[in-house]
Amino acid sequence: MSTVTPTLDPPIVAVRSARRRVARRTTYALSGLTVVWVAVFLVRITQGDFLISLPDAVRIFLGAEIPGASYILMESKLPRAVLGTGVGVALGLAGAIFQTTLHNELASPDIVGVTLGASAAAVFGIVVLGQSGPVISALAVAGALGVALTVRALADGHNGYRLVLLGIGISAVMSAVIQYLFTRVDEFNATKVLQWLGGSLSNVDWRAIGLFFALAVPVVGAIAWRSKVLRVAELGDDLRAGLGAGPGSVDALIALAVILAGLATAVAGPVAFVAFLAGPISRALTGGRTRLVAAALVGAVIVVLGDHIGAYLLGDINLPVGIITGAIGAPALIWLIATGRTARGSR
Amino acid sequence: MTARASRLAIALLMLAVVASVCSLLIGSRWLAPASLWAALTDGSDPLTGIAHARLDRTLLAAAVGAALALAGALLQGVTRNPLADPGILGINAGASFAMVVAMAGFGISDLGAYVAVAFLGAGLALILVHAVAAAGQDGATPTTLAICGAAVTAVLASATSAVLLLDRQTMESFRFWQVGTVSGRDLSVLTIGAPFLAVGVVLGLLCIRLLDAAALGDDLARALGRRLGRDRAVVAIAVVLLAGTATALAGPIAFVGLLVPHAVRALAGPGHRTVLPLCLLGGAVLTLLADTVGRVLLPPAEIQVGVMVALIGGPAFVMLVRRGRTVAL
Amino acid sequence: MTPNDIPRSGTTPSRLYARDLRLGYGSHSVVHDLDVVIPDGRITGIVGANACGKSTLLRGLARLLKPTAGTVILDGTDIHRRPTGEVARTLGLLPQQPVVPSGVTVTDLVGRGRYPHQSGFRRWSSEDDAIVAEALDLTGTIDLADRLVDELSGGQRQRVWIAMALAQHTDLLLLDEPTTYLDLAHQIDVLDLLAELNNSRGTTIVMVLHELNLAARYADHLIAMQHGRIRAEGTPDEVITEDIIRDVFGLASRVVLDPVSATPMVLPLSTRRKEAHERLDSRR
Repeated sequence: MSTVTPTLDPPIVAVRSARRRVARRTTYALSGLTVVWVAVFLVRITQGDFLISLPDAVRIFLGAEIPGASYILMESKLPRAVLGTGVGVALGLAGAIFQTTLHNELASPDIVGVTLGASAAAVFGIVVLGQSGPVISALAVAGALGVALTVRALADGHNGYRLVLLGIGISAVMSAVIQYLFTRVDEFNATKVLQWLGGSLSNVDWRAIGLFFALAVPVVGAIAWRSKVLRVAELGDDLRAGLGAGPGSVDALIALAVILAGLATAVAGPVAFVAFLAGPISRALTGGRTRLVAAALVGAVIVVLGDHIGAYLLGDINLPVGIITGAIGAPALIWLIATGRTARGSR
Repeated sequence: MTARASRLAIALLMLAVVASVCSLLIGSRWLAPASLWAALTDGSDPLTGIAHARLDRTLLAAAVGAALALAGALLQGVTRNPLADPGILGINAGASFAMVVAMAGFGISDLGAYVAVAFLGAGLALILVHAVAAAGQDGATPTTLAICGAAVTAVLASATSAVLLLDRQTMESFRFWQVGTVSGRDLSVLTIGAPFLAVGVVLGLLCIRLLDAAALGDDLARALGRRLGRDRAVVAIAVVLLAGTATALAGPIAFVGLLVPHAVRALAGPGHRTVLPLCLLGGAVLTLLADTVGRVLLPPAEIQVGVMVALIGGPAFVMLVRRGRTVAL
Repeated sequence: MTPNDIPRSGTTPSRLYARDLRLGYGSHSVVHDLDVVIPDGRITGIVGANACGKSTLLRGLARLLKPTAGTVILDGTDIHRRPTGEVARTLGLLPQQPVVPSGVTVTDLVGRGRYPHQSGFRRWSSEDDAIVAEALDLTGTIDLADRLVDELSGGQRQRVWIAMALAQHTDLLLLDEPTTYLDLAHQIDVLDLLAELNNSRGTTIVMVLHELNLAARYADHLIAMQHGRIRAEGTPDEVITEDIIRDVFGLASRVVLDPVSATPMVLPLSTRRKEAHERLDSRR
């Protein structure tokens, strides 16, 4: 492979080396992100107020029973790390797909009201209908799709300010609905307000996690299958159509992103800023290119790390992950704006 | 003032009167005009308590609404940013956060101190958002300002939630305030806030020429002899006074500052000489109506004015955006 | 070559033509009941005043707009009845202002022209590399292969977009004002490139052009549009006349022979210089 083949003419050599250089940079970024994610994941399951050594953790995974440690690892630390990864991947993918197909950095599912729509529907299901489990997932997905379709119908093909303005309008209505529903519940449930307004990984069990993954994995698979169209969707609607990708192929991808955001919200609430941030941060790491895998990994790192910080930052107070992602995510975004990294490609 | 604008002014004035009267009479218990008058003038009347509570919240709602709408119009004008709103640019969040910290951290409960703390928070948030946006490659464009505002709001909302989780007692007293409400506050609240609001309104109305110049763009405004830095500082002080006080009085009510100026401009045209005064009236009308409707919509519960404004304002705002008049200032 | 007769007689239909075509946005009709034939292997220029429907016609021919009436026929079948991916292997399009994605190198962007040739199973191949290399070579952008597209100058960027259209490897190429925002040297540069492409590969080229004299110089066939209808079509000599220019642009002009290319050249008359024109006339 590495031997020089003199028959190749210079242009094709230039093309190959240019393509490889990009591929190499992407590989570096993805490997680096994977390492960071594994590290964060290990920190999440071994560190904190109850330390579990890595060998002990391995032993527990292999079936050993260590009093105390087994329970804390298997019923608290591990589920939160696993769910954090899943939620982060889902929100990261959804955000990057929105921003890329709509050619608008601001048009992420959390800004245009999709996750708040999912929240409002889920809260309605819990508070008014007294439901739980799969029904809540279904309601959240329905709420997310409902808001997405409404905003889209109202925006009428305008993806710029109009879409964002409409999304902000719908978001305000949705959060008003949530706030009203929560002033109606008793004081005991008031802390839940913060989960549904912010997002949290506490109070989840393996059943809820299993449900989330059973529903989300096929959606992620479908996205992987359809994602090729992003390469031409990035070039604008006219060129996308000119290159033979009909509007339906993009709509399908957006619908999958909405479903993913709805599923993540159903299980963890609208974890602030992850969808919005994963795209720009991953682009900063891949040299400006949009890579869904990078966005997904960034989302996973943000959520798992945020959950860890929230759980142990303030002694015995368990801060919801959404508070941390809001607090660390926003300065990261501010840094992106200040260094001008979001200026490109935003239209 | 054009004929169209003066017709709108008269209509809004009449609406404000009607809305005030409705706010006084309607509620979980209907008060006939005669018994209301009797209750307000005769201290021994059994309805005196209710009547005074109604009067207080009516005055409060009108003042808060007018202040927020004017603040929104000032912000939109000076930044030429259709997305500008004290809620969106993080100013209300700054005021809320400062107040929560004061409440939980320093045990402050004196209302005068609240207002001062709210100013501090609002001012710092405003400066932070603009400083960050201006540091970007393209400067403080509407997009960067809106992103920074959303970012700062998220940080402050996170921090506010964190403080609330640490301190259950503060959370209980803050829970309803955070939604935005004008009920359950007596007139002493307003008497402390009123001087600040008055200064804010006067300062805001003095900005008319400045905003009309700013509407032409930085270069033209400079060519007309404006000193942009000073102009922006004046507007910022007015906005902080208005939005900070309103937030201290009634909690972070979003949407009034976004919706009312857009509606007024759509109906009366873009000149600030008409927009600013009409925003005062429009803001008062919106909050009064929202508060009144919220009292009777789902009896016996009461829907807070912050929720009602969003429920009314959201769809109305969507309609305005759809008509395409919002982006052009 | 009498393109007007081709679809009617039905003997050797042109590959791309439209019949009774009506195009519009919503209820507003922009192009009205128009018959147009694009001669194969030639360069066709569409000219006209602002808002005469020339870009709309191009978008209709490229199946970006669904006609409200009539049909666009590509290779004998209704273009909207054929799978869009299949059309994309026959007909390429360069819109007026394509979106430049962030962080994308020239090679990567040009490679996206290969999209219609790739399916779920057939991904990137060395044939794709060869075609991208050829496109970069032809457009003289091979030295830019590693550069980011959003860092290029306007002229370079336009060449890269054309390279992308070349990599699409289509027999027909539709371009919407490929020379806007370019200075004169770069306009000539881009048009020479297209002429060369037409000459060497026989690619049928249709382009909307603003600059009449360049259109006359580079196009074999001109379509002059007015109010959503075709006012005149034919060779530049037939279309660029003082009468037609007056109708289409509402402009008095003099048409002379371009001393460089021997094609018609429009010299607009200005009311302010009336005396000068009269002086010129009296001297004739």
